[in-house]
Amino acid sequence: MNKKEYSRYAEKRAKKSRLPLDCFNAFWVGGIICTIGQILKKFYLMLGASEENVKMLVPISLIFAAVLLSGMGIFDKIAKLAGAGTLVPITGFANAVVSPALDTKAEGWVLGVGAKIFTISGPVILYGILSGAVYGIIYWMVH
Amino acid sequence: MEYINAFWVGGMLCVIAQILIDRTKLTPARILVGYVSTGVLLTALGIYEPIIKYADCGASVPLTGFGYSIAKGIERAVNEKGLIGALTGGFTACAAGISAALIFGYIAALVFKGRPK
Repeated sequence: MNKKEYSRYAEKRAKKSRLPLDCFNAFWVGGIICTIGQILKKFYLMLGASEENVKMLVPISLIFAAVLLSGMGIFDKIAKLAGAGTLVPITGFANAVVSPALDTKAEGWVLGVGAKIFTISGPVILYGILSGAVYGIIYWMVH
Repeated sequence: MEYINAFWVGGMLCVIAQILIDRTKLTPARILVGYVSTGVLLTALGIYEPIIKYADCGASVPLTGFGYSIAKGIERAVNEKGLIGALTGGFTACAAGISAALIFGYIAALVFKGRPK
């Protein structure tokens, strides 16, 4: 086995042994974020908010928390451990909005923050709306 | 019980993404796009609704839930307004989330110190 082959072999092994731990951390952090969402939902319903409003209040609250933690530099530390655990919940979307905004402050408020705020959220919005519209046309034809 | 269901279903949706990140070349941005689109598709096929019923926030908080609310908003708008609803329903449904993220994000950029690259 030469050096190159060995480094490839080592890399493969390292990746394999990391996967179970990555998955474990993604599982519990992601699970806790969703559970917090569930607790918030119960809480807002208890305060007398309508079901329709609660559906928006829960993601808004989680987005607010994620943006605040991102600004304070705490989110990245949690994300480093949790990986997909913070990425997949709505918190990951919020972080994807605020991170480039913070990074590009020096480039100005229009073409810096204004444009780069959409670097990752833009594609998410585009493909969400696009697939939704395709579904809408099919749904309209069927019904 | 509802908390346990939310916990494990939400956790599992994250694990699937973690496996995709570790095992394939998919970047986080592609995972997010894939999750939203998959959410729309699964809702259209009638698969996601039962998952929402079972796991509630465990299914609505992950990004597939974002796709779910887009698809549900589309259905509602098409039922009310016909074909034009295919253009209005999606944004209407996710307006609060997108606006919140953009506005909070902007305020954060004002308040917090910028990070040099």
